[in-house]
Amino acid sequence: MIAIIIALVITLRFVVLPSSLTDTRFHRESTVEREVAKKVAFAGATVCGTCHVDQMTKKSKGYHKTVSCETCHGAASSHIENPAQKPTAPRGREFCVFCHAYDQSRPTGFPQINPVVHNPLKPCTTCHNPHDPVPSQAPRECSACHAQIANIKSASPHALIGCTSCHTVPAQHKISPRSAVPTKPETREFCAKCHAQGAAQKDAPKIDFSSHGERFLCWDCHYPHLPERTVKR
Amino acid sequence: MIDRRKFLKRAVLFIPAVGLFRRLASDAQAKTPVAGYDPSNHLYGMGIDIDKCIGCGRCVEACKTENNVPKEPFFFRTWVERYTIKKDDSVEVENIDPRLRRGEEKTSEADVLRSFFVPKLCNQCQNPPCVQVCPVGATFSTEDGVVLVDSNRCIGCRYCIQACPYGARYLNPETKTADKCTFCYHRVVKGLLPACVEVCPTQARVFGDLKSMASRLVRFKRMKRITVLKAHLNTEPKVVYGNLDGEVR
Repeated sequence: MIAIIIALVITLRFVVLPSSLTDTRFHRESTVEREVAKKVAFAGATVCGTCHVDQMTKKSKGYHKTVSCETCHGAASSHIENPAQKPTAPRGREFCVFCHAYDQSRPTGFPQINPVVHNPLKPCTTCHNPHDPVPSQAPRECSACHAQIANIKSASPHALIGCTSCHTVPAQHKISPRSAVPTKPETREFCAKCHAQGAAQKDAPKIDFSSHGERFLCWDCHYPHLPERTVKR
Repeated sequence: MIDRRKFLKRAVLFIPAVGLFRRLASDAQAKTPVAGYDPSNHLYGMGIDIDKCIGCGRCVEACKTENNVPKEPFFFRTWVERYTIKKDDSVEVENIDPRLRRGEEKTSEADVLRSFFVPKLCNQCQNPPCVQVCPVGATFSTEDGVVLVDSNRCIGCRYCIQACPYGARYLNPETKTADKCTFCYHRVVKGLLPACVEVCPTQARVFGDLKSMASRLVRFKRMKRITVLKAHLNTEPKVVYGNLDGEVR
């Protein structure tokens, strides 16, 4: 009896019912329709410029040119439908630090500050224009941006050697750090100026450049900002 | 009780009805979601540039706003992980929450060998395990390469959530159905970028069309050292990572 019922159900499902009735294309199509009908919350970076021309042109030349308006101002589709409904504008110190607080996992060179010591309690916008952010004054010392290297170097035997002894820094580097990068030593001969036998620098440890690691560059083994101390001090 | 006359009448109606359904089904497939948009001309993918991600979490928040993802910090369509590889070779992975984090570090900087952020989302696999396991056929790949969930059909069995090797799915507590990243399908068919790509301040996320000859994504794939997550599973993800560290799984 049960076998008959099972056989009947199977024939009904696979023989009598046409395959088009159970076609997956119906519900897939309706899913896509429902998905497409969802409301768009973020209007997109280009729309804002149709009304806010000034801010747009200003932003397009500054460091924030890749930052979309809605990254800071929030989803603004509702503002297009009803201009009275204003998007948010972060004015305190809470928002900028999402990107600009120091974090060891952030890529090197990304502008970061320590929010605890960086002009406490002052809103960021008092010194920086968010549409064209520039440092309020160009940093004088390399350590303003390269604090980690400066800290390491200050405890090393190279502490008294200035950054510019080994790196030539183009003036443009302070304004546009990534497009104008300082030079780095390229050859063993650069280090040999102090460390070769018979070099003028008296207190620098001397090695024989013809026999010491001749296949390698010095900084393959020694970190120039923190060279290891020799036993004799 | 049905009599013979009624039965015959209905049987006569049934035969053309079959044809009608077949016709409707092929119509349904041919229909385009938005006027002037042909899904067969597109295949979407995303590139993620690890060197650019600053872990600000704007993408996570924008995604929640755009797609009405519950605000609780354990429902995500996209999220950002922080990888910290320490000097003793141990790896720490945490899901960052920019609202809670204020620059304080758990691990002292002296113990860290290297550290970076990895944004994650549904990989929109070309060979998706979630589609394979769905018992009711509620999840499927569209022609333009996006894996969608039919929330009317989903029975909330969570099998797909288990099957996803990337942990990209969650059970929406409001609808009680599986939910996941759709590449903001409602935006991309209208020519907009997905919300996370839109708000990314450093352009660490690159969205594009793999069928296009020259899209930003195609260039990204050509110029970067490209990795996909869990390549050995043969899921063929369409989310690719540029300069990804070998420790990332």
